[in-house]
Amino acid sequence: MTEREKILARVRQALKTPAPLPGSHGKIHLPAAEQVRTSTAKQWLPFVGESFDERLALFAKNAAELKADFQLFNSADEMRAALTRLSETEKWQRVAGHSGGLTDAICATLGLPLLRTDRPYDVNDLESCDVGISECDALIAQTSSVLVTNRSAGGRALSVLPPHHVVLARREQLIADLPSAFELLKQKYAANYPSMISFITGPSRTGDIERILVLGAHGPKKLTILCF
Amino acid sequence: MTFVSQFLKQARVMTSDLRHRRIIRTALGNYEIVRDKRKAAFQNWQSARQLAAETKWEAVNHLDQYLEELVAKLEARGTKVHWASNSAQAREIILQIVTEKKARSVIKSKTMTSEEIHLNDALEHAGLNVVESDLGEFIVQLRHETPYHIVFPSMHLTRDEISELFQRELGSAATNDPEELTMIARDALRKKYITADIGITGANFAIAETGMISITENEGNARLTAALPKTVISLLGIEKILPKLDDLALFLPMLATMGAGQALTAYNTMYGGPRQPGETDGPEEWHVVLLDNHRTELLADAEQRDALQCIRCGACLNVCPIFRNVGGHAYGTTYSGPIGSVITPHLRGLHDWKHLSNASSLCGACTETCPVKIDLHHHLLQNRRNAAQEKPSASEQTTYKLFAFAANRPKLWNFGRKVARLFQPLQKPVKGTALDPAKAWTQTRDLPPLAKESFKDWWKKRK
Ligand code: SF4
Repeated sequence: MTEREKILARVRQALKTPAPLPGSHGKIHLPAAEQVRTSTAKQWLPFVGESFDERLALFAKNAAELKADFQLFNSADEMRAALTRLSETEKWQRVAGHSGGLTDAICATLGLPLLRTDRPYDVNDLESCDVGISECDALIAQTSSVLVTNRSAGGRALSVLPPHHVVLARREQLIADLPSAFELLKQKYAANYPSMISFITGPSRTGDIERILVLGAHGPKKLTILCF
Repeated sequence: MTFVSQFLKQARVMTSDLRHRRIIRTALGNYEIVRDKRKAAFQNWQSARQLAAETKWEAVNHLDQYLEELVAKLEARGTKVHWASNSAQAREIILQIVTEKKARSVIKSKTMTSEEIHLNDALEHAGLNVVESDLGEFIVQLRHETPYHIVFPSMHLTRDEISELFQRELGSAATNDPEELTMIARDALRKKYITADIGITGANFAIAETGMISITENEGNARLTAALPKTVISLLGIEKILPKLDDLALFLPMLATMGAGQALTAYNTMYGGPRQPGETDGPEEWHVVLLDNHRTELLADAEQRDALQCIRCGACLNVCPIFRNVGGHAYGTTYSGPIGSVITPHLRGLHDWKHLSNASSLCGACTETCPVKIDLHHHLLQNRRNAAQEKPSASEQTTYKLFAFAANRPKLWNFGRKVARLFQPLQKPVKGTALDPAKAWTQTRDLPPLAKESFKDWWKKRK
């Protein structure tokens, strides 16, 4: 018998005795085949309004609490101008990014050396970049999270290795809540999921020293979300 | 020294360490405020708990099916899955991978399961350089200590202690600013991610439906650990299963709320395999090690099976009056606090660890807070019962027999009461010393004087 068979045999043997249902304090038993779930998550999770404006306001409020920088623009041109300004104030020397509908044009206007991470690249080069610029799959109002995958956002490391992560997004990518995010993932990728899916909620942080919040523990110290 | 005497000794030292208690009280006081704020944001927290409990119940009670589904999905995308019945096997599997890869350095992101199997010792013994990347874990590793708490490994240390540690071990400049200290660790670890041959991670959830491992973290160290080394190994207990990918829509915010009072932890990442065709980074090889290590024994105990629903949020530790006073290290276990007291007797032997189930006020704060509704304090009582049934203590039995004998004879009882009252003043000079028969109680407390009049006498007179 392999270890796998042994463990599974032990599991099956153990499960022959039914366990009491959750919350019944040992009182109610059910045959294992029955469906025990009585509700869905959406109705219990933090409330998110129906309209776009409500979601936008919630996203902005959460982002501020998380110390993420969220900016909304009226056009792609305005967004591009803002990125150029950011590049100048922060004196970026090298940027990293990936090819995409939003990133291509915008990164080109920066006029800085660009490391592309959607092609084979050297991780030491990425480490020396000032910023990683990526697209995303969605922005989630409920938690102010940015949903990325390695397919949509230039691999596994771009959004976490450079000290600053800039996300470029469109308004229609703002969705309500976590259940809709998983719905979206399913519709987009169910046939073949990317090997990494990540919900990024604010810049990297730690509270390991006296539970005092410090940003930029190992990942980016800054998270900027630009949206038009 | 036995485990119980060690625990008693440690507990005595820690409860009178007022400085330690102050540190813990401050840290956890802040936690309570932010946690409550997050709980209040839920439309209905209690219903969310019930759903979480039901979902984990479903997973644990169909563990065989979900494990098979998980493994089939993982393997279909090129992940190598290993099964380990005990910690020795798990260590061996990992050592073999490491040897095959001729690895010299390992970077780890936080995993309590690796503490459970004492992986670092084994790797270091084999000549490898092992670095913990989670800041708290990095700090306790430098101190050659085990994590103090399953979520906050270094919460027992002040910034000054950490500063001294960094100066001594890393040769860094003196500073007690948390931000500067964090940056010292950041700089010390940056290159290690890039040069490490192997990355080792844990897992918070394993998704059967899609064959994914979900990792929750705040620092980004797990993201880097799972992105940069050529080989990544994820070690997890078989109970980490969740049936569906979208179950995370509930579990990620609940874990964040109870773990650290956050709406969502900064990085929640689902990994579905090593680097796939067309992807430009990520490990070439990904190994998943599934660990039993007595979990199936806990599974066989239907009464306490729900303890396998635990998502290791640490909330029960944070509210536990025992944990808050004796601290995480006194337990002498990988998992401390109420959940540790419940499961350690199953993982490491009832008789060596039953004392932890006695170290409880049975206030029930743990049961009330647990996001997956584990009946924690009832399980502590069950452990006590099981221990007494399995191996009754002769002295306890004699005591109760004597008590029953006297209590059933009112005259004898009344006589004994009067005699005891006469002799009670003699106890005063020896209070709490070896001569005192009630020493265990009187060392730290007063023995109230026996009443002049018994209830029975009072009742008679009243009529
Ligand atoms: S027992 Fe419950 S409260 Fe304690 S760590 Fe596990 S899930 Fe959290």
